Amino acid sequence: MRDVAIIGVKNTKFGEMWERSFRDIVVEAGVGAIEDSGVSGDRLDGMYVGNMSGGQFVEQEHIGALIADYSGLALDLHVPSTRVEAACASGGLAFRQAVMAVASGHEDIVMAAGVEKMTDVSSTGASSALAAAADREWEGIMGATFPGLYAMVARMHMHQYGTTSEQMAAVAVKNHKNGSMNPIAQYKNPITVDSVLNSIMVADPLHIFDCSPITDGAAAVVLAPADVAHEYTDTPIYIKATAQASDTIALHDRRDITTLDASVSAGKRAFEMAKMTPADIDLVEVHDCFTIAEICAIEDLGFAKKGEGGTMTEEGETAIGGKIAVNTSGGLKSCGHPVGATGIKQVVEVTQQLRGEAGGRQVDGAEVGMTHNVGGSGATAVVHILARER
Amino acid sequence: MSVARFWRNQIHRYNLVGTHCKTCDSYYYPPRNVCPKCRRDGEIESHKFSGPGEIVTYTVIHTAAEGFEHQAPYVLGIVQLDEGPRFTSQIVCKPEDVHIGMKVKPVFRKLGEGGDRGMIYYGTKYIPA
Repeated sequence: MRDVAIIGVKNTKFGEMWERSFRDIVVEAGVGAIEDSGVSGDRLDGMYVGNMSGGQFVEQEHIGALIADYSGLALDLHVPSTRVEAACASGGLAFRQAVMAVASGHEDIVMAAGVEKMTDVSSTGASSALAAAADREWEGIMGATFPGLYAMVARMHMHQYGTTSEQMAAVAVKNHKNGSMNPIAQYKNPITVDSVLNSIMVADPLHIFDCSPITDGAAAVVLAPADVAHEYTDTPIYIKATAQASDTIALHDRRDITTLDASVSAGKRAFEMAKMTPADIDLVEVHDCFTIAEICAIEDLGFAKKGEGGTMTEEGETAIGGKIAVNTSGGLKSCGHPVGATGIKQVVEVTQQLRGEAGGRQVDGAEVGMTHNVGGSGATAVVHILARER
Repeated sequence: MSVARFWRNQIHRYNLVGTHCKTCDSYYYPPRNVCPKCRRDGEIESHKFSGPGEIVTYTVIHTAAEGFEHQAPYVLGIVQLDEGPRFTSQIVCKPEDVHIGMKVKPVFRKLGEGGDRGMIYYGTKYIPA
C-alpha cells in the first residue's frame, strides 16, 4: 500500500444558510479544496462524497453524480463520483474510501467531500430524518429520539461513574470557547455552565445546550500519493492510520451502554497502524453530537480512564493548552453538525492545525492529530491519525 | 410505517415473541435470525418471553419524536428481560418514579398511529411491577 497525503482542504461556513442550496455549498467546498491544493480539476481520478440523507433533507438521491456535474467534472471529464453513507459518520467514511483508493494505487488524485443541507426541512423533519440512523423498527417506533438515546447513555454514565450535569456542561462551555475562535463556526458565542444547566431539558439529563445543532455545511479535501505530494504543496499532511469499526445498530444491544465499542475498536486499530499511543496525539476532533458523547469518546479512545472523562474535562485538561486539545474547531456542538460533512470538517481542522494555520485556536507545536467520527448511537466509528511527518 | 411492515412483526410486538439459540442458549428480543455468537453454527427457534424485567437505564423525553408530541414528557427506558435480552420500551409511570434497577412488567398499549387516516400501532410497554 502507498502512503497518502492531504494536499488541499476547504470548509464552507457552517450554519443556517437559507440563501444557499445543497449543490451551492458542496461545490464551494470542492472548488476551494482544489484551489488550496494547486492541482487542476481535470487531474481528479475520483470523488467520494459523504452524505447521510439527501433523500430526506432535500429529496435528492444520486448525490455523487449531481456533485460531479455541478463541479464541472461530469460533462466532459466523466470523473467517477461515489456517495458514501454511514449516518453521521458518512464524511469520515468517505475520507476513508478516498484514502484507500489512493493507497491501493487504483487512483492518484482524489477528492473526499461531505455535505448536508438540513434547514430546508422543519426541525421536526430534520429530527425524523436523523432518527433513521437508529433502529427504526425497534427504537424509533417506541418514541426514541437521538437526544433520548444519548440521554440514556448519560444517565447510565452518571449512575456508574458519578459523572455530573456540570461536567457535561463543561464540554459545551469548552467547545463554544474554541468555536468562538473559528471563523466558520455556527455558534461563536461563549456560554457558561449555568447557561447550559438553565437551558430547556430535551431528554433528561440532556439540556438543549448539551446537543449539537442542525446545520448546513460542506467540506472537502484533496488527496495524493505521498511520493508526489510536495509537487503540489509545501505542507502535505500525511495519513498515518485509517480505521473503522461496527457495533450493534441499537443502543440496547451494546455490551456496555456507556462504552462505544466501535470507537474502542477503531481507535485500537488506528493506534496499531500508526504505531502510536494516545500520548503521541497533540489534538483530537471527537464526535461530540452530545456533551456525553465527548466524555465517552475521550475514554473510549484512551485519552481518559473509563469514568474519568467528565472530571478530566472539568479540570481543563481537554482545553487548548491542556493535556490533549479536544475539539479545537468547536466540535459538533459549537462549529455545527451538518451530518454528512462533519467527518471531513474534522480532517480539515486537524490539517489546518498541523499546518499551523488555525489562528487563535492553534495548538502550539501540533505534530500529530486524530479524528473520530461516529454514526448513530455508536454503530459505526471511523478514526484517522494525521501527521506533519511522513 | 406501512401496514405490511408493522404487520410482519405483529406477533413479536403484541406477544413478546423473540428467538432463542439452542446452540449457545442465548435469548434474543428483538428477534434475530442469525445468532451473533454462533453465526452459522447457531440453531434459532422462536421463543415467547415471560415478560418481567428490570430498567437498565432511562430518560424522560421532553422534546418528543414526530407523532409522539401529545405524550410528552414520556419515559423511555432500556429493559432487561429476566431471560437476558435488552430492548427499548416506553415506561408508563410518573417521570419522578422511574429509576435504574426498577422492576417492571409488560402491558399491551397503543404505541402510536400513522397520521389521522393511518393505522394504529399497538405493542408492549412496561409499567412498574
